[in-house]
Order: sequence, then structure tokens, then C-alpha cells
Amino acid sequence: MKKITRFVLTDILRNRIVIAYAVLMAVLSWTVFNMEDTGSKGVLTLLNIVLLVVPLVSVLFSTIYIYNSAEFIELLLSQPVKRPQIWLSLFGGLSISFIIAFALAVGLPLFLYADFHQAVILFATGCLLSAIFVALAFLAAIMSRDKAKGVGVSILLWLYFALLFDGLVLFLMFQFADYPIEKPMVLLSATSPLDLARILNLMQIDASAMMGYTGAIFKNYFGSGWGVVLSFGLLLAWALVPFWISLRIFKRKDL
Amino acid sequence: MKKIGCIVLSVLLTCSLLAATIRVGKPHAINSIKAAIKQSRAGDTILVAAGLYKEGNIVVNKRLVLLGENFPELDGQHKYEVLTITADSTIVKGFRVQHSGHASLDDPGGIKILEANYVVIEGNVLYDNFFGVYVQYGKHCVIKNNSLVAFGKEEQQIGNGVHCWKSDSLQIIGNNISGHRDGIYFEFVTGSVIWRNISTGNIRYGLHFMFSNNDSYFTNTFKNNGAGVAVMYSKQVTMMNNNFEQNWGDAAYGLLLKEISDSYISGNQFRKNTSGIWMEGTSRIKMERNAFVQNGWAMQVQASCMDNLITDNNFIANTFDMGTNGDVVLNTVASNYWDKCEGYDLDRNGFADVPFRPLSMFSVVVEKNPSAMLLFRSFLVSLLDRSEKIFPSLTPEQFLDKSPRMKPLPL
Repeated sequence: MKKITRFVLTDILRNRIVIAYAVLMAVLSWTVFNMEDTGSKGVLTLLNIVLLVVPLVSVLFSTIYIYNSAEFIELLLSQPVKRPQIWLSLFGGLSISFIIAFALAVGLPLFLYADFHQAVILFATGCLLSAIFVALAFLAAIMSRDKAKGVGVSILLWLYFALLFDGLVLFLMFQFADYPIEKPMVLLSATSPLDLARILNLMQIDASAMMGYTGAIFKNYFGSGWGVVLSFGLLLAWALVPFWISLRIFKRKDL
Repeated sequence: MKKIGCIVLSVLLTCSLLAATIRVGKPHAINSIKAAIKQSRAGDTILVAAGLYKEGNIVVNKRLVLLGENFPELDGQHKYEVLTITADSTIVKGFRVQHSGHASLDDPGGIKILEANYVVIEGNVLYDNFFGVYVQYGKHCVIKNNSLVAFGKEEQQIGNGVHCWKSDSLQIIGNNISGHRDGIYFEFVTGSVIWRNISTGNIRYGLHFMFSNNDSYFTNTFKNNGAGVAVMYSKQVTMMNNNFEQNWGDAAYGLLLKEISDSYISGNQFRKNTSGIWMEGTSRIKMERNAFVQNGWAMQVQASCMDNLITDNNFIANTFDMGTNGDVVLNTVASNYWDKCEGYDLDRNGFADVPFRPLSMFSVVVEKNPSAMLLFRSFLVSLLDRSEKIFPSLTPEQFLDKSPRMKPLPL
């Protein structure tokens, strides 16, 4: 299993697209911190970039990679290797390589320029988001044999979490504006990893605006020590659950 | 010659008789302040040596000068009002007044001025009292350089630091107030000045005005109070060069203006408040040369405000510059500096050539539906904000600064 993971890892880390992704993120983060006059403003800009680019690249690249390594998977299956091991090492290789790319590109300037607390949270959420969207890619890829369909599903997944979900939330808020919806809204935010990651980070940065009436409720949930632990637990679940579902399908699937 | 000497001597004698000094404390004959007051005559000085004095309620009903040496401790034992002043022109200086009783019926204070004028309370320490200094029907009183500390936990269970009721021409200067309900409280107080006080960590407001006209406050610092500063139902209040800092929380404002008119707000710094200024039902206020830095909302101007002029202010690094709840715009916003302004200045006159809309769509959405804060800074919201900046639909079209400054004012 280690061997397969290492093979996948070195294969991806040498991949031009991943290198380009890392370089792009590095250039963006360095320029952001050099341009903005305050550290937390830089973190804010970087947060927006991370929330948009990291999920898109990890979900798209991973889906395509899984489809492209279909033959490699079939070859491995003819060997005396257990199915879960193959799928796990693929997931491990992909997510670890994306985390490495993110850590090298964004982590370095982040810890150099930003406030330590803000940097830790943004770094952790960035790494987790990479893993989450790799896992979602696994789910998208296992759903259908057709590559075009799989890639389409993964793009839709990204679009949903990055844009459509927020629109839906906004719509629901106005529909149920007459009810006390603060607490349900907090629950609802847990159903999107991007929203969860964004609020977690904003709690560290934009305290003054978030501290309004609803902010206080959010602060109770997300700002306390347990809230942070719980949110990270939820994010972790967002990585593990989709992968686990895909693993169950993969185990039984006729390839 | 002898005659003149006699006259001088007799004048001196009478003078000394008029103003004797009575010493109170361990080394002296008299050990009780109450006894000293009983013996004294109007105009005397009572000099109190350091020590602990548990005498219940001390009433000063003659024109006396009470001086403390090394802060003698007047202790109310959590039962009594410590010092009650009912005589004009009394001076109280250099005492540590502590542990007054707590009661909501007769409002005991550390020092209470009751229907007395020209009283001076200076350089005292007021520690753990229900009300700190309480002025009722006082005129021309001076409350200066005192330090007031209390440890209130809940609004209902603690009084105000400096509480003034139905008074006139007061001077509240250089006091340090913390841990009370309101730092300084004015109700029906006119023609008074509040200058160079520091009011921090009070449970409700740092400064609270109710029905108090023609007052001014200058160069005070209000920091980290439960809800900032509230000025309500008053006219002609001048607020200049104050610092409003770090008033964060549920319903916290740097400055809350409610039903205020004909006032002047200038040279103040608003830093890191949930809402820098919240205005409701205010009219004919001029607001100039203030700096709003790193607030959640710099200003929230409710639709019930009219004829206010907001000009020459700096708005820097606020999450939202403005918020409002209606479509009507009856105020003038002009010539301010906004760091979010993306205008250009072709004729190089220092003002942008295109108007700036300080009202972002999202701030309007949040105003209508506070839980929308959940979507703050999400991709969707920034997209909507962008389009709103170009074609205003949700935000009132006339809510704009026609000549925004290109550079911040040196404030």
C-alpha cells in the first residue's frame, strides 16, 4: 500500500498542472501580502482565493486523474492487492500531494506575514478543503464510467458549494425571515464545507462585524474552543464520509 | 498705630475663629468624623488622618472642607450611604470611600450631593460602591480627578459611576471610571461639561445622556463598555475629540444617538466598534472631521434621521461604511474620504469625479435579515455587491457622496 501511495504521490508531484497550481498559489499569496498594508487584510484576500481556487483545482484534477488511471487500477486489481488498499492509496497520494502543494505555496508566506492564530486556521482549513474536494472527486468519479459525465458532476459539485448553496441559503433566509432562524442557519452552514471554512476564518479576522446580534450567536457556536474543534471535526467528516461512500461502491463495483 | 494693630489682631482672631481646623484620627483627640462635624462650624476644615472609619452614614450639613491625609478609608460596611453632602460649597478631597450599601429604593452612593451647590469632590478614590458620586439637584458642582472602581456583574445590581439628576452647570473632569452600570449618567442636566474622563469596562454605557440639553463632552475615552455611549432625547449637545473604542457585542455602539437634535460631533475617533455611530430619529446634526477606523459598521443611519450633515470624515478599514433601513434619504453626505472608493480624479482637485455609494447591498440585506451575516464575504455576496455598485436596485439611489475625497484628511 505504501508503495502505491508513493508511486501516486511522485507521479502527481511531477505533474505539470499541479506544479502550475502550486506556482500560481505561491505568486498570489506573496503578492497579496506584499500589496495589502495589514496582515489581516491579506489573510482576508487570501481566504477568498483559497475558498475559490483550492476546491476547484483539487476536485477537477482528481476526477480527471482517477479516470486517467483506470487502466492502472485495473492492472493493480489483477495483482494480489486488496481493493480498499488500492482506493485508499490513490486517495492518500492525491490528497497528500495537494496538501503539500498548498502548504509550500500558501503556508510559507502565510506564517511569515499573518497573525499566528489567523494563519493556523487558514492553513488548516486550506489543507482540509484540499482533502475534502479530493474525496468529493472520488465520489463523482465512481458514480459513472463516462469521463465527461464524471467531470461534469465534479464541476457541478464545485459550483454548488461555491455559489449555488449560498444563493439557496439567502433565498431560504428571506423566505423564513419572520422566524427565529439563527440556530437553524448555524446548522445549515455545517452542510457546506466552504461555508464552514469561511465562517471559521472570519471569526478570527472580522470580529467587529460578526459580533452583531447574529454574530454573537455564531461566536457562541464557532468562536469558542469547542466550536472550533467541532467545526474541524465536521470538516474532517466532510473528507471522510464521501470517500467512505466511494470506497463502498468501489469494493463492489464491476470494473 | 496701636489702634490699627488692635483691629488687625481682632480681624485675624475672628478669621481664625471662623475657620478652625479640626484634626481627626488616631493621634488626635477626636476619633470620629461625625463628632468632628458636630463640633465644627460652617467654614471649618476637618483634617482626617489615615485609618479605617466605619461610621455608617456621615452627613455633611455645614459648609466644610474635608481633607484626607493618605486616603483615610470611609467604609459603608455594605449597609450605609457613606457620605451625604447637603451644604453648599463643601469640599471633599483625598478620601477613599468604599463599600457603600446596595439598595434600589434609596440609591445609596459613595458620595451623594443632595440639593447643594458649589460642592467640590476632588482626588478621591471610590471603591466598590453602589453609586459612585451621586448629584441630585446640584448646581455648579465640580467632580474632578476621582477614581471610581466597582465590580458590577449585572445591570440591575449596580449603580452608575457619576450619576447626575436634575442638575445644572456641573464640571466632570479627569475621572477614571470602571465597573459601574453607566460610567457617567446625566438625566435632566443642563449647561454642564464632561472633560478628560476615562470610562472603561462599564456594564452598560460609558456615558449616558437622557433629557439633558446644552451639554458638552470633550476629550474623553470610552472604551470596552457594554454598549458604548448613548445620547438620547437631548438637544444641543457638543461632542468633540473623544475616543470611542472597542465597544463590541450584541447591541454595542461606539455612539448611540436617539432623538437628538441640533448637536455637533467633531474630531472624534471611532475605533473597533461593532457599530461606530447608530443614529435614530436624529436631526440637524453636523458631523465633521471624525475618523471611523476598523468598525463593523462605521455608521448606521436609520431612515428616521433627517437634515444631518456628514462631511469631511475619514472612513478607513470598516467592514461596512454605512447601513440604513429605508429608501428615504434626507441627510447630506459630502466630501468624506472612503477607503473603498474606487473613483478617479481627472481634474486633480482632490475630489473624485464620480460619486461614491457608501451603502453596500449586503449591508442592506443584513439590516433586513441579520442572519444573512452567515454569508458574509462569500463569493456570491461579492458578486451581488459588484453588480449593485453599477446598477443600484436594492439600495436607495440617492444615498451617495457626490464628491468623495481622494486622500484621507489628516485627523
